Amino acid sequence: MRTVMYILTTIAVVGLAFWAYRENYATQQALSDADRLHANIRAAHARLAVLRAEWAFQNRPDRLRDLADLNFDRLGLLPLHPGQFGQVDQVTYPPAPMLPITDPVDVSTMNYDALTGADESEEDFE
Amino acid sequence: MIRTPLRPLARILDAREKGENPDAIERENKRIRHEQMRDKARMRAEGRLLVLGVCFLCAFTVIGGRMGLLAMSEPSEPRGHAPGAVISASRADITDRNGNLLATNFETHALYAQPRHMIDPEAAAKKLVKIFPDLKEERLIKDFTGKRKFLWIKKKISPEQMQAVHDIGDPGLLFAPRDMRLYPNGSLAAHVLGGASYGKEGVHAAEVIGVAGAEKYFDDYLRDPANGAKPLELSLDLTVQAASERVLYGGMKLMNAKGATSILMDVHTGEVISVASLPDFDPNNRPRPLTQGDASDSPLFNRSVQGVYELGSTFKIFAAAQAIELGLFNADTIIDTSGPMKVGGFRIGEFRNKNYGKLSVADIIVHSSNRGTGRMALEIGIERQQEFLKSLGFFEPTPFEIVEASGGKPLLPSRWTELSSVTISYGHGLSSTPMHLAAGYAAIANGGRVVKPTLLKQTAPQLGPRVMSEETAAQARNMLRKVVTDGTASFAEVPGYQIAGKTGTADKPKPTGGYYEDKVINTFASIFPIDNPKYVLIVTLDEPVETSGPKPRRTAGWTAVPVAAEMVRRIAPLLGLRPAVEPVNDAVLTLTSSN
Repeated sequence: MRTVMYILTTIAVVGLAFWAYRENYATQQALSDADRLHANIRAAHARLAVLRAEWAFQNRPDRLRDLADLNFDRLGLLPLHPGQFGQVDQVTYPPAPMLPITDPVDVSTMNYDALTGADESEEDFE
Repeated sequence: MIRTPLRPLARILDAREKGENPDAIERENKRIRHEQMRDKARMRAEGRLLVLGVCFLCAFTVIGGRMGLLAMSEPSEPRGHAPGAVISASRADITDRNGNLLATNFETHALYAQPRHMIDPEAAAKKLVKIFPDLKEERLIKDFTGKRKFLWIKKKISPEQMQAVHDIGDPGLLFAPRDMRLYPNGSLAAHVLGGASYGKEGVHAAEVIGVAGAEKYFDDYLRDPANGAKPLELSLDLTVQAASERVLYGGMKLMNAKGATSILMDVHTGEVISVASLPDFDPNNRPRPLTQGDASDSPLFNRSVQGVYELGSTFKIFAAAQAIELGLFNADTIIDTSGPMKVGGFRIGEFRNKNYGKLSVADIIVHSSNRGTGRMALEIGIERQQEFLKSLGFFEPTPFEIVEASGGKPLLPSRWTELSSVTISYGHGLSSTPMHLAAGYAAIANGGRVVKPTLLKQTAPQLGPRVMSEETAAQARNMLRKVVTDGTASFAEVPGYQIAGKTGTADKPKPTGGYYEDKVINTFASIFPIDNPKYVLIVTLDEPVETSGPKPRRTAGWTAVPVAAEMVRRIAPLLGLRPAVEPVNDAVLTLTSSN
């Protein structure tokens, strides 16, 4: 009985040692993965901040105004004017949706039977 | 173990033979046995103590070693922490009310040198001067070859410059990462934003601190990492701000003014939608403050909150509104404005020595009669006038959230005599900033409640203490509307947007005392749209002169009013205000038919 206990204990110790060894490396791997991800997130944040600043810089009112002036021939953009406010009834209605087709005529295969021979179709009717 | 018997038979028999007491043998043996037992117990106890001692020694060694390691090693962030609250190391952004960026951070580098590690200091200095032409070569060589161990060369360098310095290839030239404050819109809202600079600087980082404007006022908020880089939302509207700055700049140039300022404020929430002061500057490259001369000549001077001016006839409406509120007059009461009128030994005159005769209170405002408002002020009395102006905020700097605002303390007369009371009723003798005036007009516009101008986006109207009744405010607005339809501000008629307002032309005081003949401050304080007042617009021009006529014109009706009208025309559509009357459709209509 005692021998069995010893053997079991030894197996347990070896097993636990192996498990701890595995866990240790798995933890280190997870930590370095997390570090890498954190670094990626930081870099992405920095990139995003640069892009946001770039977007704001490219869309600054001075530049947009200059661009509108430069491209006046093509775009004809003018500052917003009180006369540009309209009435709701000046807005056209969207085109009415098409009525549902309840009895479709298949145009693409209309002449198919005629071309391939009408005999078979006649037979179908009988 | 062989157990020795206590009474060994051989010795007992032997002792009996000799007539000795055999018990002595037993006692002797017992003693020996007890000594053995005692020795054994002592050995065991000593062994246990030793083991315990060793255990304690090990434990304390481990603890001591760990403490030593912790004390000696560099601190580091726990690696496996779960992401909790967002903590941001960088300064928070500033955005306008629609989320457009007004200030943000940009990663850049600073350049420093460690001359001990430099290989060829002179060649490095020569190449550095090629990259940065503003550096002095002799100075650099002196620094590089001298005793200095460390020196900053450039605070901010671009990536291209950084690459060029890399290409020099000197190991003594090093880069330090920096967060740089960037204002992508350039000089737009420069006075509000202020600017930022570096505080404590290290090789690994430098703290960015606000030096003026909102950057300084909200420095603690912007720097607090616990805010998690949540941007500071201002009440400004980028588009409206840009449009009003543009119109104001055009107006300033057209009217040959030295400076100009405009304030657009929501009358219910107190939000300042746009505030411009010209000339302005680029906060990315903030100029140095003037060390001598007049501070108002510097582009850094913010006329809207620092410019303490006598704002002239724009004040008349406060006297009229208070007189009506107190029940002393109503809008139709006739007052004799004919001269001469003497108060405290001084003659009170009218503009260009006119004489308007008998006028109603409304007409006094329309024609801007000094004597008329003076008479009203005398009826109101000194104390009540003081109390009213104080409640409108004319006694304290405005609570506008930029650091410069606290410097805009109104100038009050040292002794408030009857003469002061009369002159203040028409805007002389009390100097305040255009921001004060905006807050005062907002109270009339919103139906009589005090509002404090604010730079932060608000969600609800400020319901400040009431200073006049709804009816009084409505009567005051009607009078102001008449100023535009029948009075001095006829240029303020913008089709579709009924504007009400009051012009003010005040002579500039000389620093030596007295007033300039040909230098004025022109102000137009307006409220629009008048049927449902939503905004107050103040336009002030510094030393304008309109030269299209045969004689130079310096009244606000000719200078500030057209600028304000153009501004309303431009920004009202941007604010989403529909014109009240049907606009003429000037587009050519083409009838087409699909059939």
